[in-house]
Amino acid sequence: MSKLPMMLTCGEFEAFLFDYVEDRLSGYARFKFEFHIKACRDCRDYLAAYKKTMALGGQVLGAPADPVPADLPDELVAAILAARDNDADGAPE
Amino acid sequence: MDQTATAPRVDADANPDPLVARLRAGDRAAYAEMVRTHGGRMLAVARGIVGEGDAADCVQDAFLQAFRKIDTFEGQAALGTWLHRIVVNAALMRRRKMMARPELSLDELAPVFDDTGCRVEPTYTLLDEPDLAERTEVRAAIIDGLAQLPDEARQIILLRDVEGLSTDQAATELGVSVSAAKVRLHRARAALKRLLEPAFGADSVAEIGAEA
Repeated sequence: MSKLPMMLTCGEFEAFLFDYVEDRLSGYARFKFEFHIKACRDCRDYLAAYKKTMALGGQVLGAPADPVPADLPDELVAAILAARDNDADGAPE
Repeated sequence: MDQTATAPRVDADANPDPLVARLRAGDRAAYAEMVRTHGGRMLAVARGIVGEGDAADCVQDAFLQAFRKIDTFEGQAALGTWLHRIVVNAALMRRRKMMARPELSLDELAPVFDDTGCRVEPTYTLLDEPDLAERTEVRAAIIDGLAQLPDEARQIILLRDVEGLSTDQAATELGVSVSAAKVRLHRARAALKRLLEPAFGADSVAEIGAEA
């Protein structure tokens, strides 16, 4: 994959990947990166999986835009406040 | 929990929550107000990560951390967003204990290249499916994958990819340089990707579908 002067190796592609997905790559570096994507299926799959990983984190664990709260038991509220009082009485971290 | 919702963007110009000033002043009524205002949402989030049995403990852990750290809350995020991050982190740490597995090494999950610079690790062709995040197996893989990452890796993914801060904001939040944050984030994503691939690679998902 590295015989053409403009062709990055997969290892070099990896070094540019973060800036590419953050849209911080421009000019000739971006051209070389995108040229590699077209030529190398492994890196194309890798990039797609990397982007999917970024997206899934927010989709699974992000704060919901329209949250449905659970019923908060009074005992839990009392336990939290009691734990806070005990914590405040002790030595702070 | 709405599984398709995206993380909210922070509003750096938002006025600080007046509740925060009362919390910092040690107003006990303010602590109760914070718990009652945000606790129900946090409990729902914790249940989604650790299940019913351990969720209340996670919420209690999260509030204790929040009470201790309220002086360091800078208002870059809304109070609810900050608490969401804390309870997710607390629940993931409890999840790690429940899994009874050691923390994974990022080096072992880093991309692998041969002597000529060619990628040699197994790659997966992703199933092109918009609701991948709603699959139980994929959700479990995200939760267990993040739970197994080292603390620094998990924290930066929570800030950048889960909460939606910019990389520069995440660096500020963690007290590290932007360049250090970029390296840390890239290694963390690459590791999490390796952990997730068996769950969302086309072959695996097809197998899950066939078993259902």
